[in-house]
Amino acid sequence: MSNAASPPALSFRETRKIFGDVVAVDSISLDIADGSFVALVGQSGSGKSTLLKTINRLVEPDDGSVLLDGEDVRTAFAPELRRKIGYVFQGIGLFPHMSVAENIGIGPRIAGGKLPSERIVELLEGVDLNRSYATRMPHELSGGQRQRIGVARALAADPHVLLMDEPFGALDPITRDALGNRVRALHERLGLTTVMVTHDMAEALLLADRVLVMESGCIVADNTPKELLAGEGGEIAQGLVSVPRDQAKALAGLTS
Amino acid sequence: MSEILEALLGLGDKLAAHVLLAASALALGITVALPLAVWASRSPRVAKVVLGFASLVQTIPALALLALFFPILLSLRAVFGGGLPTLGFLPALLALALYALLPILRNSVTAREHMAAGVLEAADGVGMTGWQKLRLVEAPLAAPYIMAGIRTAAVWTIGAATLSTTIGQPSLGDPIFAGLQTQNWALVLAGCIGSAGLAIVADTLLGAVERGFAERKRLLVWGGIAIAALGVALSAYSLRSQDEDAIVIGAKSFSEQYVLAQLVGQRLKAAGYNVEYRDGLGSAVVHNAVTTSEIDISFDYTGTVWTNQLKRDDNPGREEIYQTIVDWERETTGTLVLGRLGFENAYALAMRQDRAAGLGIETMDDLARLSPQLTIGGDVEFFERPEWIAVRDAYGLNFARTRNFTTTFMYDALTGGEADVISAYTSDGRVAADKLVIINDTKGAFPSYDALVMISPESSKDAKLIAALEPLIGAIDVEAMREANFAVDRLEGKKSPRDAARDLAEKLGL
Repeated sequence: MSNAASPPALSFRETRKIFGDVVAVDSISLDIADGSFVALVGQSGSGKSTLLKTINRLVEPDDGSVLLDGEDVRTAFAPELRRKIGYVFQGIGLFPHMSVAENIGIGPRIAGGKLPSERIVELLEGVDLNRSYATRMPHELSGGQRQRIGVARALAADPHVLLMDEPFGALDPITRDALGNRVRALHERLGLTTVMVTHDMAEALLLADRVLVMESGCIVADNTPKELLAGEGGEIAQGLVSVPRDQAKALAGLTS
Repeated sequence: MSEILEALLGLGDKLAAHVLLAASALALGITVALPLAVWASRSPRVAKVVLGFASLVQTIPALALLALFFPILLSLRAVFGGGLPTLGFLPALLALALYALLPILRNSVTAREHMAAGVLEAADGVGMTGWQKLRLVEAPLAAPYIMAGIRTAAVWTIGAATLSTTIGQPSLGDPIFAGLQTQNWALVLAGCIGSAGLAIVADTLLGAVERGFAERKRLLVWGGIAIAALGVALSAYSLRSQDEDAIVIGAKSFSEQYVLAQLVGQRLKAAGYNVEYRDGLGSAVVHNAVTTSEIDISFDYTGTVWTNQLKRDDNPGREEIYQTIVDWERETTGTLVLGRLGFENAYALAMRQDRAAGLGIETMDDLARLSPQLTIGGDVEFFERPEWIAVRDAYGLNFARTRNFTTTFMYDALTGGEADVISAYTSDGRVAADKLVIINDTKGAFPSYDALVMISPESSKDAKLIAALEPLIGAIDVEAMREANFAVDRLEGKKSPRDAARDLAEKLGL
């Protein structure tokens, strides 16, 4: 996967964002290697969503810069930049007046093209839905199915970067687990660089190969899941890790 | 019933004019409201200002808003030149379009406020430009709500358009106003049925479009729009032949004016002119309209011009007043006072004979003594007129109550006992028919009210027109006018102003 020779897919350089008198992102600098699956974990208000959104410029930093494939994201016209980056978020935001196929094809459409129907079928199958879903309307779908379409829509333009903001937060646990694994598999198969914001450490540990912990706009831990489970990463990270660990212990205790 | 049906069938032109006016006002309202709504959706401050303004406009009564555009357009002539119309279609269009703004704006802004945040974030997230977001997401999602606003605006506009009669724009208000003045209820009902029917049809069609947007049925959207557009196009087509060169005759909103307008109209038609009528104009509007050549001919009264235009409150005598007015109009407005028709239609206070006898009232001084126990009724403008103020002060009148009525209802109020005294007109047939007595104005506090024919500055150069009207000067005595007025006003066997005018012409040998 990642090797030292290839340039980072994403770089933050002293990236800083202030809302009023709250420092949401406090001069963060870090690189994200091509092909990695990074989880940004933290409590509500820690600045993780803000940091994510500086990548596709839904948030413009006050200071510093963000580089995509070595190029400052500000050099591109924001809508064109976003068309190259997959974006999945908790609100899903399927367009209610468009069919599933139209929703999936929206990116290529606004870029002046058209998504062939076989490609739509392929994208649907990629998220475990069959072709019959293409003609349905969003209100006919369950929450889990909608977020599957959300993922398919994000991947329609063949991005190599996928941003996910609490993508599975509103889903039931079974759907959440299944869709998480599905996305991880797609990440592998398509060779994506994925950044996922979540407040759920268990999800981060299970899906990501690098976990960044944020607190008050700063990165307080940057470790692999294995390192975190081994007790590294400091107090705040360990506080977050202890939640699923304690739950697992408690569950184990119930069965014994 | 057959009377109503007959009246309805005669409303083709008014209906077409009404449709065209309401549709144009609605179209203008939409054209202004939609960009404003987009702007408002991008800026809460703009939304506040725009909605505040539209709400403020809505609080102005439609009748007042229409009337206000006359002075506004008159002052705008300084910028756009004298060709700017101040009466008729343009002010009606502008006032009604303003009226249509609020429901469209409010629905558009509300629709945008209630749009799911996730959908808007997704629009940005997938890389839409601002314009793509508006066209592909915001507009289609807001469309059903905007259509609901347009529907409301359409119904309001069609209703309020009936009031445009008062500023000289033909509409379905014409039969309503004319019928109200002449107690021709078939005409009033026909106007109401026409206007309500039109509103229902428009509401149904726009409702279909709204449903089409909500259920994403293109056929319903385009079908509804196509039928509505066809109706407007047919209206425009039916009005196409209206003659630009037609002579426009104005009339204030009472029977005598309708009869005089018809009398003059019939003479001009016989002389080969095309004639249009603007009935039911407000008294102040009429004078401005003729002096600005917005209409060609009007009928006024010396006392009215004397007090309202010359702003005089003295009474130098009948001849002097007339001559002064002729000179004043020629010099200040360029309007030609062609002459006096031969009768006076003076304001006078009148009572029922039995009531006056019972109270022992013969003169204004008698009346003044008893006025604190009595109720006076006046037409809608009477108590604002300088003549009333002069008379009131001259005799020290101090009535217990003052009530306003339309002219017709004023007489009914007197006979029905809702008023003890009214501001009657001396040429009104109902004075004799209702057995009323005129209270003797011993001090001559009311000025004289010789009926005048006024010709606009533009038409005063038309020698043929003047030749056609000159025989009317001095030809109508007050008895003949009273009889013609009563023929229109009476409840039994009433005549239309047109027939009454024909009878009058015949009787006078004109």
